Amino acid sequence: MEKETRTIAKPKVEILLEEEERRKLREMPLWRVRLYLTWREIRNNWKLFSENKIGLVGVGIIIFFALMAIAHPILMKWVWDPVIYDPIVGYSFDEVMQPAPPSPRHLLGTDPLGRDVLSQLMYSTRSEFALGILAALITVTIGTTVGAVSAYFGGLIDTLLMRLADLIIMLPFVTILIVLSAMFKMNLIILAIVIGILSGFGGTGIIIKSQALTIKVRAYIDAARVAGGSHWHIIFRHIIPNLMPLSFLYMMFSVTSAIFSEAVLSFFGLLNIRMSWGLMIHTAQTAGYLLNPKTWWLIIPAGLSITLLCSAFYLVGRALDEVVNPRLRKR
Amino acid sequence: MTKYVLRRVGQIIITLFVFLTLVYFLLEAQPGDYAQTFLSNPKLTKEQREALKAQFGLDKPLWERYFRYMSSLFRGNLGISFVHYPKPVISIIAERAPRTILLFLTAQILSFLLGFTTGKILAWRRGQAFEYALTIGGVTLYTVFTPWFGLMMIWIFAYILGLFPVGKFVTPTLWRGAPVDANYVFIRILLSAFISSIVLFAILLSTRRLSPGIRKLIRWAGVLVIIAGLLAYWLPSGIVRYALDILHHLVLPVLTLTLINFAGMMLLTRNSMLETMREDFVMAARAKGLPEGVIRDKHVARNAMLPVVTSFIFSIAFVLDGGVITETVFSWPGMGLTLMEAALHQDIPMVMGALVFTGTLALVGHLVADITYAYLDPRIRYT
Repeated sequence: MEKETRTIAKPKVEILLEEEERRKLREMPLWRVRLYLTWREIRNNWKLFSENKIGLVGVGIIIFFALMAIAHPILMKWVWDPVIYDPIVGYSFDEVMQPAPPSPRHLLGTDPLGRDVLSQLMYSTRSEFALGILAALITVTIGTTVGAVSAYFGGLIDTLLMRLADLIIMLPFVTILIVLSAMFKMNLIILAIVIGILSGFGGTGIIIKSQALTIKVRAYIDAARVAGGSHWHIIFRHIIPNLMPLSFLYMMFSVTSAIFSEAVLSFFGLLNIRMSWGLMIHTAQTAGYLLNPKTWWLIIPAGLSITLLCSAFYLVGRALDEVVNPRLRKR
Repeated sequence: MTKYVLRRVGQIIITLFVFLTLVYFLLEAQPGDYAQTFLSNPKLTKEQREALKAQFGLDKPLWERYFRYMSSLFRGNLGISFVHYPKPVISIIAERAPRTILLFLTAQILSFLLGFTTGKILAWRRGQAFEYALTIGGVTLYTVFTPWFGLMMIWIFAYILGLFPVGKFVTPTLWRGAPVDANYVFIRILLSAFISSIVLFAILLSTRRLSPGIRKLIRWAGVLVIIAGLLAYWLPSGIVRYALDILHHLVLPVLTLTLINFAGMMLLTRNSMLETMREDFVMAARAKGLPEGVIRDKHVARNAMLPVVTSFIFSIAFVLDGGVITETVFSWPGMGLTLMEAALHQDIPMVMGALVFTGTLALVGHLVADITYAYLDPRIRYT
């Protein structure tokens, strides 16, 4: 192995500030100091993150889809005629046969019901983002609270929460969601809540708890306790802020699993939803265009979008993992 | 070791019980109840309605229904399927479960082997273009939209290349004059796969301590004996044709499931290898002048394996999910497809039965993986 330099550990983020910098900070008001330090930390972390080319690919893909989501309402308002291009009720009158192949008017063709595929694709992006972010926020809120509480208190609470988590991670997630959405009417928000609860009390909670256990034994927790901090004060002011980097990392993975689950459920037609990538494939399937290579534009753009967005969040998550987890760094 | 296994078995049984209870109350909580479809018939008189209700047991309080369900569950009575009326659920499970188990086991083992091997190579080539390409490819496969990927596989391999059948379990035209039914052949395939892998494992274990020259000889001889045994059983039986047909249908689903799952194992092996590579014993091995291949396979990979086995345990649920989707896309008539159909048709007894089966399979998988883990890492047994 030629890269022997790796073994020498070099602290990446210098904890001690330079002398001159420290003097400059002392003259500033407190809020500016805080702002400055936060900015500094973000900059340092970005530098670490941007070393990882794979993570940058992920960020690029996410920005691309975000632009698509933003562009759709603008296009609908000023460029596209809503009668023709509406993703749900539009109909392309200028095509003789539906589904029509890609043409300058419809860059990705039209679907069996005469709707513009590109418009559907862009319209769905928004709800995929909304679902992913909502589910991830719920997951991380529950997961962080569960992890911090069960690590801090231990005992009976810990046992109960962790056995529940064991049960949840052992069970096939998508299968349970399939049964649930077949039995109950589900829309996007309920789905986000269910995904959030299942993964928050499940895997995410366990991982965050193991991190919280290492924070719980630090000296500053003891100091806070000696100073008379209540249990909840310690949990919310001292433990949870230190769990934030890891929580943020697991948000990325939750986004992936939420988007994936939504796509699977709407592919099987189990969701009560207006338009989504999974539903686009479902439409192609029910109209009988599934295995027809001549109508590739009905399946490939939607399937590719799901795959790309899921893997983009996953790649960003992995790159963040290398920032948060020092053992995986190159130096 | 025995004590550890017994404790784990006890825990798994309790977990299974909790799971069944949760599933029961979840399905109880759905809006309306499943007898509504029968009871809402306007032609029924009030007495008939009451009689039907009593027949379904719906006049009893919730806890009594729960205990009755659980007690008949443990006696192996899962009720009668609505869609496949009047077939009992348990016989449908008995017919279809082996197909799912074979698909699941083959894909799980193949993806472990493939993932572990590629992960090793990936860690060794850190920073090269090869690593980036394989990582991006692996992540794409890992997060690929499974139904779509299945369709693409069918499209490429079955439709364009014509190598494999488009889906389903058997070719109906071939089986028209068959002397036995598909399950008869299938059970034999499953059994021969099971027995030959046990024999292979036993040979590998028992020759571990022999000197390399003899070991190699005995192992190859063992493989030959297994192949000869299989041929001796299958060739005279006259059902080889049908067995091959089933296997031909099996290839594409297994390939799909393996490709989806192996990347998780690969990425984890890579991380674990990178951590192990910093240990002092690796440097010692280098200092001794051992060849890179030996350091990688015998020193680093052996130690990096433990976290991978842990994640193997967690991946069981993921593979089962993939299995449900894959079975549905390929119309492979196993438990996944059954679950999906039952859920779509509100066939509650069948849904319960399928969930019981899936949960049991997941829990048993966990148990086996836990015991393997304890066997690999002696530290676990004493905690």
